Amino acid sequence: MIARLLAGAALAALTIGVMSTGPAMAQQGKLSGDMVKIGVLNDRSGLYADLGGEGSAIAARMAAEEFGNKILGKPIEIITADHQNKPDIGSNLARQWIDQDGVDAIVDVPNSGVALAVQEVTKEKKKIFLMEGPATSRLTGDACSPTGFHWAYDTRALAVGTGQAIVKEGGDSWFFITADYAFGHQLEADTSAEVKKAGGKIVGSVKAPLNTADFSSFLLQAQASGAKIVGLANAGGDTITSIKQASEFGLTQSGQQKLAGLLIFLSDVHALGLQVAQDLVLTTGFYWDRDDETRAWSKKFFDRYGKMPTMVQAGSYSAVRHYLKAIEAAGTDDGPTVAAKMKEMPVNDMFAKNGTILPNGRMVHDMYLARVKKPSESKGAWDYYQILRTIPGKEAFATFEESGCKLPK
Amino acid sequence: MMGTIFGIPPQALFGQLLLGLINGSFYALLSLGLAVIFGMLNVINFAHGALYMMGAFVAWLLLNQLGIGYWWALLVAPLIVGAFGVVLEKTLLSRLYKLDHLYGLLLTFGLALIVEGAFRHQYGVSGQPYPIPAELSGGRNLGFMFLPNYRGWVVVASLIVCIGTWIAIEKTKLGAYLRAATENPVLVQAFGINVPRMVTLTYAFGVALAGLAGVLAAPIYQVSPLMGSHLIIVVFAVVVIGGMGSILGAVLTGYGLGLLEGLTKVFYPEASNIVVFVIMAVVLMVKPAGLFGRER
Repeated sequence: MIARLLAGAALAALTIGVMSTGPAMAQQGKLSGDMVKIGVLNDRSGLYADLGGEGSAIAARMAAEEFGNKILGKPIEIITADHQNKPDIGSNLARQWIDQDGVDAIVDVPNSGVALAVQEVTKEKKKIFLMEGPATSRLTGDACSPTGFHWAYDTRALAVGTGQAIVKEGGDSWFFITADYAFGHQLEADTSAEVKKAGGKIVGSVKAPLNTADFSSFLLQAQASGAKIVGLANAGGDTITSIKQASEFGLTQSGQQKLAGLLIFLSDVHALGLQVAQDLVLTTGFYWDRDDETRAWSKKFFDRYGKMPTMVQAGSYSAVRHYLKAIEAAGTDDGPTVAAKMKEMPVNDMFAKNGTILPNGRMVHDMYLARVKKPSESKGAWDYYQILRTIPGKEAFATFEESGCKLPK
Repeated sequence: MMGTIFGIPPQALFGQLLLGLINGSFYALLSLGLAVIFGMLNVINFAHGALYMMGAFVAWLLLNQLGIGYWWALLVAPLIVGAFGVVLEKTLLSRLYKLDHLYGLLLTFGLALIVEGAFRHQYGVSGQPYPIPAELSGGRNLGFMFLPNYRGWVVVASLIVCIGTWIAIEKTKLGAYLRAATENPVLVQAFGINVPRMVTLTYAFGVALAGLAGVLAAPIYQVSPLMGSHLIIVVFAVVVIGGMGSILGAVLTGYGLGLLEGLTKVFYPEASNIVVFVIMAVVLMVKPAGLFGRER
């Protein structure tokens, strides 16, 4: 408590120091470029477009609309761009947005590879980076940034949720099919750690290139390994293809092996259909049909987008809303000042209850262990999950000390 | 304990080779269509992947909108895609024959982007599920692997179509006309053969093959707007390696590269996406016209 007060005081002093040329203006709410400009940067055309894409932009707009599209008397503008899953394109766009277009915050950025590149840019330029799409826990670990916020989930939470739950049910030998880039590697590493901690063992793994059309050969290797659990450390289109083809090759029919989708989005289940996806166990940061508040918001989202929100899209709403509230409270859109304000305030909205933000930017909130319903259990479209367990935020996410982030506390 | 081949148990190796053959079937079917079109029209048809995707979507729409199942789709979808090809050829492509290859390539590339964009806008990227037909569901245990019946069928179907097309073009009178028309269209026309119509129908046939491959692919992959662009670059590499315009070359290289890719997935999976291009680079250095191509 005292530490926090002191931190607050230090911060206030710092703010005044920074603003020493015009402290009076800061109090009136000085915004750079006389507006708050938010850039939603994600995959709008490739394998991750359905889990974030335009849906994340709509969610961000819904947050801005709650403020009447105005903050401190100035307009909020939301722009979008497609990073095509290429780190160089992503970081170039981020640089151009910040340097030329006066963007104050960048939102979403699925694909951990791209997010790590953009994090470097926003860190250097001291701009806010609100991450909902990317998964790797490195974003709040060795690659953390004072102005970076990791919102919806991360590889560690997925590993804790799905990994532990499956080992507890007897799935104690694992073979991984891993997406061959930053995200897949981290998800495999985090899950392996949890599996071993729970007493299981890792039999082997194979690295599949991103965006593989045919997983059968990897599935065959998984089959030959004799592992009880085939862990899919991939996402989006890759997960869909591997689950579909696993069912085709009778991987699970024999009863000897089970699939563990380590990162499954609602949009994936929708695309697979319940017949194929049924009984998958997964970890999610959000499910639309959890309580009245989530249902009400999701209904509004559905009316505009025609699909129920994924955790990435719902998270984009929550993060942008929290960001705007922090600007209102801080009276400025200066990156480090707003970042400090965001970390002071609890996150309370339909996405998270009493969420807290660690000094490394990790937003700690409850996660949910869910099971995909059988076709007979589902009441209709989008009625897909049964929540098995609420995983308390403290259990799901690493503490600041564990994270390996080198920022001052 | 059985022996191993390069550290891999033989069962696993056979399994991977068979899978390679299945993927090779798609490469062969698609590169066959490309080779036919290039051979007769001199057009590098970049829209081939989009038309393959269209074939899969037509099958999906037939099933979900009209309740028409897989076997009819196998016939109807290629016809619809072929008809679309006729329209493309008549209205757009036929204007470009006198110009450089580059124009045809740019036009078809643009068309591919438009078709793909339209489907993506309408259906998103995650794709739609298409069930395996009941007659071919399940699979059999071959001892070294579990082979889904449907994949076995894909290999058989693609072999039949490839061999049939090769015979039609190399051994029949119609094929002879076609080949003659590519050598000297004016002379063939002088013999009273309607060359422009033949060219149109050749294009339609080539893209119908792509449509057919799309229907065959629908139950294996998600029916997704991106499925064509995943495949088309590899297929172009196949055609280049086989030799532009060589039908036999396209088919053999298609199966061969499928096998090779399968092997790469066992020994060094990280490279499985690029092995085809490495081979392409090597072939272009040693034999610029491709393995089966003629220098022009």
